[in-house]
Amino acid sequence: MSDELDSLYRDILMEHYKFPRGRKKLEHADIHNEGQNPSCGDELEMELQLDGDKIKDIYVSCVGCAVSVASGSMLADTIKGKTLDEVKKIAETIRKMLKGEDIPDHIDLGDLESLRGVKKFPVRIKCALLSWTTLIDALATKEQGVKTNISTTE
Amino acid sequence: MKSHRQILDLNGSVPSVSPFDPERIKLDFPIFSRTVHGKPLIYLDSAATTQKPQAVLDAIEKYYSYQNANVHRGLHTLAEEATAAYEATRVKVAEFIGGVRPEEVIFTRNATEAINIVAQSWGEANLRHGDRIVITQMEHHANLVPWLMLSRKTGAELKYIRITGEGLLDLSDIDEIINSRTKIVAMTQMSNVLGTINPVEEIIEIAHKKGAVVLVDGAQSVPHLPVNIGALNADFLAFSAHKMLGPTGVGILFGRQELLERMEPVTYGGEMISDVRFESVRWNTLPWKFEAGTPHIAGAAAFGAALEYLSKLGMENIRRHELELTAYALDKLAALDFIKVFGPNDADKRGGAIAFADNDIHPHDLATFLDTLGIAVRAGHHCAQPLTKLLGVNSTTRASIYIYNTADDIDHLAAGLKEARKYFRYV
Repeated sequence: MSDELDSLYRDILMEHYKFPRGRKKLEHADIHNEGQNPSCGDELEMELQLDGDKIKDIYVSCVGCAVSVASGSMLADTIKGKTLDEVKKIAETIRKMLKGEDIPDHIDLGDLESLRGVKKFPVRIKCALLSWTTLIDALATKEQGVKTNISTTE
Repeated sequence: MKSHRQILDLNGSVPSVSPFDPERIKLDFPIFSRTVHGKPLIYLDSAATTQKPQAVLDAIEKYYSYQNANVHRGLHTLAEEATAAYEATRVKVAEFIGGVRPEEVIFTRNATEAINIVAQSWGEANLRHGDRIVITQMEHHANLVPWLMLSRKTGAELKYIRITGEGLLDLSDIDEIINSRTKIVAMTQMSNVLGTINPVEEIIEIAHKKGAVVLVDGAQSVPHLPVNIGALNADFLAFSAHKMLGPTGVGILFGRQELLERMEPVTYGGEMISDVRFESVRWNTLPWKFEAGTPHIAGAAAFGAALEYLSKLGMENIRRHELELTAYALDKLAALDFIKVFGPNDADKRGGAIAFADNDIHPHDLATFLDTLGIAVRAGHHCAQPLTKLLGVNSTTRASIYIYNTADDIDHLAAGLKEARKYFRYV
């Protein structure tokens, strides 16, 4: 099969897809948000539990393709225990990476590195972005106290 | 054989052995000379839009190169020729759908706009609180949202004809659903997801007995089946040129003259008027009353070439070819135990839009994978979200065929589906 396809469906991504993290509902959630990409039908639910300015626990449930589910799973893995400021920086870095922009070398992306291949598939970028956009909107909602719409990357 | 000769005429070269030869038809479509990811293109997304034969591309070029002018309002040669090309297609459309009057054929942007004109113009004038609008659960958003909005605006009730597990319309309580309060029934003749061919003649008869008018969404049926308004007895028919070899941006609304005469236009401007004063306006006659502004003249001219192409092939022959190929595809897919097909199993009851799901692989991953093999399919809810939810899924993969598809294309699809299982390690 083509190298390009292999760069999209890396082993790490497929592993996250088949065994997604963060699937346990939280007993107590401080932030709740939903994401949806109407043209493909992907749906995502996210809950965050905070401890001061840190993410204590996270729940992400995504009904979607390998790329969107894996991205949500990696998100859950990555942001747990991080401060809100750190999380915002990571989310911005991922957004840049998916859009093919230069990103700083010193940021350790861990499994999220495996999302690099997505930029070669322009129609799939929105799949990888869905969980991140839902997270960014959730944090903004928490700060501003207003919730308008379901988050989307379309 | 008659159809044999027709193919001969189309290509003007070596006779083919088969009466309907998609391999030869493919040669008329320049796009099939390209590759996708280094593989020959296998196009299985014609329910979204079809490819265009050279004759249609030539017609667009001919108009802009040699005839370009605005229609109906010039006295020079070019304007006359542009008008003739535009109006000639109207006559061809009228003949194509069974010999209606050309003034009953309105050019729109697409089937969606055609349906919206009826919902807004006829609907808002004729519906009020307590009335009923009937549609089906298998409608495309284009034939659902306009009626949902009309129901909200007028207070009329929106009622759905349900579908059975097999994906057919459930007509068991049709006499209660289409009741005496029903003013309009709007339904697709062929589902863009399930492929189901609906018994529209039967439903139209019931609706007419109750005094309701009927709009048929022919976006999927007119390109694939012989459709005759006389036999159907539909009051309105909507379809799009781009799903039947024509260009995008051209659609058709057929309406019975007595209904169209009484309807108000929904878009105002030039062309649709007969007399304008500073204080008043009178509408133009049919069909121009509904055609405000400069239309897609090149598109209409090229749609004429598409209709000629289809007529030469013969809609009966096209249906026969698609029936055989659909039956072949259903057999091939049924042999794959990891694939579930939605819609009727019997090719006689359906067209060649086949939505399916792999037990494990998400439709988007499947579509991306197949694309690397040069196979174009569609993944998503196909603009029929309520139906997709009803099927118990968020999205499906859809393969849809047309005149240029072959059994070989289906074999490639089936092989690709098997390969995908290996690639994503489900075998």
